[in-house]
Amino acid sequence: MISTELVDLSRLQFAVTAMYHFLFVPLTLGMTFLLVIMEGSYLVTGQQVYKDMTRFWGKLFGINFALGVTTGLTMEFQFGTNWAYYSHYVGDIFGAPLAIEGLMAFFLESTFIGLFFFGWDRLTKGQHFMVTVLTAIGSNLSALWILIANGWMQDPVGATFSYTTMRMELSNFWDVIFNPTAQAKFVHTVSAGYVTASVFVLGISAWYILKGRDLEFARRSFRIAAAFGFASALSVIVLGDESGYTISESQQTKLAAMEAMWHTEPAPAAFNVFAIPDEKAQRNDYELQIPYVMGLIGTRSVTKEIPGIAEIKEKNRTRIESGMLAVSAMEELRKNKEDEAAKQVFEAHKQDLGFGLLLKKYTEDVSKATPEMIQHAVDDTVPRVAPMFWSFRVMVALGFAFALLFALSLYHTVRGTFFKQRWLLRWAVWFIPTPWIAAELGWFVAEYGRQPWTIYGVLPTHLSASSLSVGSLYGSLTGFIVFYTGLLVIEMYLMVKFSRKGPSSLGTGRYDAEKTATATI
Amino acid sequence: MLDYETLKIIWWVLVGALLLGFAIMDGHDMGVGTLLPFAAKTDVERRILINTVGPHWDGNQVWFITAGGAIFAAWPLVYATAFSGFYWAMLAVLWALFFRPVGFDYRSKIENPKWRRTWDWGLFVGGAVPPLIFGVAFGNLLQGVPFHFDDTLRSFYTGTFWQLLNPFALLTGIVSTTMITAHGANYLMIRTEGDVYRRVRTASMIFGALALVTFALAGVWLAYGIKGFVITSAIDGNALPNPLDKTVITEAGAWLHNYSAYPLTMLVPAIAFLGGLWAIAAAKFDKPLTAFVGSSVSMLGVIGTAGVSLFPFIMPSSTDPRSSLTIWDSVSSQLTLGLMLGATIIFLPLIIIYTSWAYKKMSGKVTEAFINANDKSAY
Repeated sequence: MISTELVDLSRLQFAVTAMYHFLFVPLTLGMTFLLVIMEGSYLVTGQQVYKDMTRFWGKLFGINFALGVTTGLTMEFQFGTNWAYYSHYVGDIFGAPLAIEGLMAFFLESTFIGLFFFGWDRLTKGQHFMVTVLTAIGSNLSALWILIANGWMQDPVGATFSYTTMRMELSNFWDVIFNPTAQAKFVHTVSAGYVTASVFVLGISAWYILKGRDLEFARRSFRIAAAFGFASALSVIVLGDESGYTISESQQTKLAAMEAMWHTEPAPAAFNVFAIPDEKAQRNDYELQIPYVMGLIGTRSVTKEIPGIAEIKEKNRTRIESGMLAVSAMEELRKNKEDEAAKQVFEAHKQDLGFGLLLKKYTEDVSKATPEMIQHAVDDTVPRVAPMFWSFRVMVALGFAFALLFALSLYHTVRGTFFKQRWLLRWAVWFIPTPWIAAELGWFVAEYGRQPWTIYGVLPTHLSASSLSVGSLYGSLTGFIVFYTGLLVIEMYLMVKFSRKGPSSLGTGRYDAEKTATATI
Repeated sequence: MLDYETLKIIWWVLVGALLLGFAIMDGHDMGVGTLLPFAAKTDVERRILINTVGPHWDGNQVWFITAGGAIFAAWPLVYATAFSGFYWAMLAVLWALFFRPVGFDYRSKIENPKWRRTWDWGLFVGGAVPPLIFGVAFGNLLQGVPFHFDDTLRSFYTGTFWQLLNPFALLTGIVSTTMITAHGANYLMIRTEGDVYRRVRTASMIFGALALVTFALAGVWLAYGIKGFVITSAIDGNALPNPLDKTVITEAGAWLHNYSAYPLTMLVPAIAFLGGLWAIAAAKFDKPLTAFVGSSVSMLGVIGTAGVSLFPFIMPSSTDPRSSLTIWDSVSSQLTLGLMLGATIIFLPLIIIYTSWAYKKMSGKVTEAFINANDKSAY
């Protein structure tokens, strides 16, 4: 039997390293496009200030990017080190987008980013702009392939199980690429990255304006961030991946958990603005509801029902019972591939194989699972409600707050008065950390919400981990935390230092801090 | 579509090609990292070394990442079994690599000498440790690794981290480290001048010679002191992959079977020696670019030698030989191999074209004057 402690530690390590990684990704996704806009303005107008903007914001981007690369290395190898059975079981499908990401996107981004930083004197204006554009395309394509891989974990299309090779095998690659879940995730994630970068530039520019420094530079940066940010914030909300939540079962389970819908309601369901979910009693206290809204958002119709937790569990009970037969038949077939009786049973129940495997957490011999074990497995199929419910609500509230911030910023930009609105500028500064909170919560909802599966309906998390010792996991987890925290402290220190220095850090002699320094001498 | 057997062989060649790409590209900037604390005496000299790879290390590192991704996609069982079995070795590589992105980007952003010294050693670790561990890993593959599968193909590694560091594996670790260091020195000869040039030229010859001597020693040891593995059941290259379907025995001298069966393959180790000698001679006669090509060719020979000796094995098991992973039974489905081949054929030439363009645009010697003129923007 696989130790639960080992699986929990492996999950914790993955969560820690992935969440650290995603501190750096969103800024990269969005910043590359902001740099394209800034450098494009330089190319068109020929004004020096736009070049300086590209270089200064590029410098901050570079500090962030270095840690994005560092923490990204872990992600590429951790499936093998810590999720060996997962890697074997689904590598045939999951490995391909990762490898293609390297070939198509990561090479592009990483090769041209070097020229972005060092090519100013070696390339023509047009060539350098092209380099910046290719970096942006590379980083966003990279996100596309990673989210195709992640989308497949939520909604495993285009693959079938083979008992000869004891793994999932690809049957249709186009289904994997055009998986609606993956596409919705991609748009939502990159838009969130654009919002993050916009808030970052907006906030720091606002701080310069509040301090009365480098006004020309700061105002232009603010305007670009306000416009780009407004479009991105709308995109995050409108194309929020909630649109994908009724497509597949895994997303339905998530939806029920994050909306605390204990039972199926008559369509269109009401939306819980506030509630205290009570896991034990399977109901909510102090509900504050808006009628019809949930049904409208979730199904885009007034007649379709959204399944509640109790109904989902009952359906899963049937699938687990059917899956038990599939597991036993599969085990027979592993011993004797020619066993016709086992083949028939397997064919009839193979769509529920993954559900049968859920019982492996409780017993080696699935066919002898007791009713209590089955009940445990049924309860496992829906994640805990309260963490889902609250993470989702905070993320959505932040999403609307970003839209408001950018709407106001853009309105005052168009009127040409934004630099006089000190309250708005202060607001912009305070907002700097919030997109990261929203992004991390979004990933929490997506990944915690998929439990107990690594691949929904196919492979339970419990079976996915490598057979390592618990001691190794404690050691590596500690190592990662120490390493990453140290690096994060250094990164934050440099980020704050160079943000404070502002464009003067370029050493061009054109900016305020340098002028005052020369004046004092 | 190509038949399964052909695809399996093509992917063995392609993984080898990606490892070679990694050794040539990421290898030269790891060599620069390894030489950093020794070949450069002053801060400006160190910045010269760092800036020779400044615009390129990130792109080069993608060879490593893509090789990892390609092994995941093409040989999922190898990715799963090797990376989880060599857990602490993989983490050591990973943690050593952590020092590179931050070392390159953060080092020169602050003027404090202690800060800069610390990152210099960080870049040294990031340059020296990964090649050492990869060499050690190959040394262990050649001896067989203690692991086995259960009925559901879940892998269990039954050895320890410390037993990976056995004498033969340490020797192969020295082969790879000296080879990469010499290669980095050859690259630095192209991009530097003056004192630094003279020092790296000496380093190129010393490490180049060391690499050849240790490679020869490892070859002799392999031939006479290490048992090879042989598949004794019938091989069907088109069969669905299942490692437990075969029988395997160990046999003295078996790693030389391929060379006697196909004498042309003896060219592979010969290329390792010829390339290495060519590089040393070119360094001696001040022909940096020729030396760089020589060490690249030599690495083709060294990596190829490991591949040919092991063929068709990738990761033999010392404790349960039938669990051994071979190119026939640890691969993805035919569809995935075919698709990945298509993607490689499209993208690999593009990568080579734009990487060459990037090097061409940034070519020339990195000088003290350049560092002083770009004090704020250079690494």
